[in-house]
Formats: sequence, structure tokens, C-alpha cells
Amino acid sequence: MNLDSKDVVISIRNLKKSFGQYSIINDLNFDIKRGSITTILGFSGAGKSTLLKHILGLLRPTSGHVFVNGQDISNLGGVALREFRRNFGMLFQYAALFDSLSAFENVAFPLREFTKDSEAEISRKVKSLLESVNILENSFYKLPSELSGGMRKRVGLARGLALNPDIMLYDEPTTGLDPITTKMVNELIVQTAKNNKQRQMTTIIISHDVKASLAISDFIAFLEHGRIVEYSTASEFAQSKNRIVQEFINL
Amino acid sequence: MPIKTGAGLIEKFGDSILRAIEETGKVTLFVGQFFYWVFRPPFRFRLLFAQLYFIGNKSLFIICLSGAFTGMVLAYQTYFGFKIISVDSLVGPVVAISLARELAPVLSGLIVAGRAGAAMAAQIGTMKVTEQVDALEVMGIDSYQYLALPRIIAGTLSLPMLTIIFLLVGNLGGWLVGTKALMIDETMYFSKLGEFMFLADIYQGVIKSIFFGFSIAVIGTYFGFEVKRGAEGVGKGTNMAVVWGMIFVLISDYFLTSFLIKIL
Repeated sequence: MNLDSKDVVISIRNLKKSFGQYSIINDLNFDIKRGSITTILGFSGAGKSTLLKHILGLLRPTSGHVFVNGQDISNLGGVALREFRRNFGMLFQYAALFDSLSAFENVAFPLREFTKDSEAEISRKVKSLLESVNILENSFYKLPSELSGGMRKRVGLARGLALNPDIMLYDEPTTGLDPITTKMVNELIVQTAKNNKQRQMTTIIISHDVKASLAISDFIAFLEHGRIVEYSTASEFAQSKNRIVQEFINL
Repeated sequence: MPIKTGAGLIEKFGDSILRAIEETGKVTLFVGQFFYWVFRPPFRFRLLFAQLYFIGNKSLFIICLSGAFTGMVLAYQTYFGFKIISVDSLVGPVVAISLARELAPVLSGLIVAGRAGAAMAAQIGTMKVTEQVDALEVMGIDSYQYLALPRIIAGTLSLPMLTIIFLLVGNLGGWLVGTKALMIDETMYFSKLGEFMFLADIYQGVIKSIFFGFSIAVIGTYFGFEVKRGAEGVGKGTNMAVVWGMIFVLISDYFLTSFLIKIL
């Protein structure tokens, strides 16, 4: 798929990653459009999480480059890398909330770390963020262990959005959720993307939920053995002639 | 069952040597990070005080209990040994010097390794397997600076204080048993104590405890960050932190003693 270079927010070029003798990502080339919802699908062990970690600079490539907003992050380190990561918000697979902090404190955490906002301002922002993900006030001061799986994900999403990231990443956001909560989380992802459309926030989702991906994504990429074997708009993806993709869709 | 050949054994031996070298390198880099981060902002004093409270205050009860009974037992054992050669008046200085130079820092170190070292590995390990460490990194926060640094500083500061408390309470126990139960003359007890005990004895224990506190916290946090594979990994990391923390205290005590005895 060809994108205009000014529309590209993430560009991956000839990316290879091996752990010892095991090759996880093989010569991967891939561009992600600014402001889009792009889902990366694939079987377990296809290299999705490894790819995500490269985009975040949590892993260094064995060879190749990852460009984010035109900047090559493959060899970034120290302060530059930490500053670069502030472009991202992330919802982890199991939310990864800090278990010693309440829902409110979890969302306030990045604001306290990276802004000079007063406590009153932080409190206002946190309440607004938690309300935007449908968390009721009586759950604000509950610990993560006291929240349901769906609520934890929503608090994780609010925390990820706290610093108005340019790129929001979702790592298997609906894993382990019941169908109704899955639907709600998917709607929330779309709503969040819509709310941030004006400032062109890009949404990247790692998933193996084909149905939801087809419903909410602008673009879908399919990763197989560390290579992108299909990358197209959601509607084109559904009609893909690729045998593995069809097998995956029809599972 | 496969028969181990000589070549297989050599291979295994070589492999364990290589792993030991690799592990030493990783620990050295881990310690190096401490010196890299310790003078760099942001300085998170709130986290430091929380760790000082956990390692220091929360260990007070067990330190006082161990100190009191160690001093009391030591006074009893020394008394019955010394009585044979009629030097039972020296119970006070023997208890005090033994506590100051060895027992207070080593036993406090072992207690802190078991209590706080294990907790450090378990807390960080759990954060690692539940992706909380990754969450910090994704936010642009260095997980070492946020999690390891306050614990290492708190360990280094807390253990000397706990050692001094152990020493004081231990001497109180020794005095109680020596003068009240074994009827050693109180004036004699204190005059011999003043005659044979020097500040250098206390310095020796305090210097050791600073080193032990730093090492226990480094080992605890290191094994926390090394945790892999879920709950089993957390258990293994915690176990390793306690075992290696204790081994390190005991072995390094010998080398520190042989060094400090020459300079103090």
C-alpha cells in the first residue's frame, strides 16, 4: 500500500529482529497513516508484540530502521528515547495499572510526572478523563484489584490518553473480556479516535479479533512469520485473496 | 538414563562459567546504573521516604527483638565460659565488641535480606510480569531510576541505623542478663566496657552495614528486574534475592573484616 510521505507517521524499513538463532521479524517494510486506525492482525507468535516494542523503542532492531514522525528511533537512547516515548499512549493487554495506586492516582500519575499542573487542575483533568471512559465517581478511588477487567482497561485507556499522545497503542485490548465489554471497549477505541481526529491522533491496535478489527479499523495489516503478508483498507482486507488471511478471517 | 561423558561434563562446566561471567557483567552494569542515576534529577524524595519507612521503620520490631535476645544469650554463653578462667567481669566488653563488630551488622543484614530484599524482588518482579515496568518505560520514565534507585538508597541508609539500634538493644540485653541475672557487679561491668571498647569497634560495624545495605538492595532489585514467566518467576526471583543476599552478607563480611581490622 502506497502512502503519501507527509501522511506517514510511522515508517518501518527492512526491519529484522532475532533472539539468538530465532528470527522473529524478517525484513519488514510498513507505513502507518497519520490519524488512522490501523490494526495489526496475526497468529500468536507472528511477531506482533515484537513489532510494537520496536515502534516504542523498547527493543532495538537487529537491522533496519523505525521512523516515527520522520525521526529514526532505532538507535535512540537515554533522555532522547524517554522524551520520544511521550508521543505515545498505550493500553496494555491487561491494562498494567500500578496496583498500589487507585484508579484516580493511576490516571494522575503521568500528569504529576510530566506537567506542572496544580493539584486542582490535575484533579479536574483526571475526573474528565475517567468520565470520558465511563468510569463512575464511586470507582475513582478503588484499587485496580477492586475493579473488573473492563473497568481496568478503561482506566488504562484514560491513563494512556492523559498526556494527549500523538499515537495511541492498544495491545490486544479485548483479550479476556466478555462479548458485551468487548463491544464497549471497541466503541471506546473508535470514540477516542473520533474525539482526537482533529489533532490527527493515530491509533494502532494489535489484535487477533478479526470481527472487531474489520468493524473499527481504517487499515489492517496481517503479520505472518515476521512479515506483512497483507496490508489494505478494512474492506479490501475482508476480500483478500491471501490463503492465510482468508483462513484467519474464517476461523 | 544418558551416561554423562567427560566431554559433556566439560561442556556443562564451561557453560556454567560463561553464565557466571555473563551474570557478573549484568550485575556490574546494574550497579553502574546506580552511580549514573543517583545524582540525576528528578529526585523522587516521596519514593525514598516510603522505602526508608518500609525497610527501616517496619524492620524495627524484629531488629529490637533479635538484638535483645542475641545480647542476652551472648552474655550467658560468655559468662559460663569466662567464669572457668575467672574473667567473668569481661562479659560486658565481649558482648559489646562482638555485637559492634560482627553480630549487629551481620544479623541486621541477614534480617533485612530476608525481609526487605525479598519484598524488593517480589514487588519489582510482580510489576515486571504484569507489564507495570513496561508501562513506566512507555511513559518515558526510567524504571531503574523509579524503582531501583529509591530502594538502594533507602537500603544503604537504613541498615546502618538498624545496626546501631541492634547494637544498643543487644547491649541492653547483655547488661540486663549480666548484672541482674548473673550478678556481675554493675560498676565493674561498665568500667571494663569503657576500658576495652573503642569507637573504632562501632565504626567497623557501621561501615560493614553500609556495604551490606547497599548490596542487599542491589541484589533484591536486580533479581526483581530479572524475573520472567509469571508467578513462578516471581517466586524464583524472591528466593534468589534472599539466598544471594544472605550469602553475600556472610562472604563479604569475611573480606570486610580482614580489611577493616587492618585500617581501624
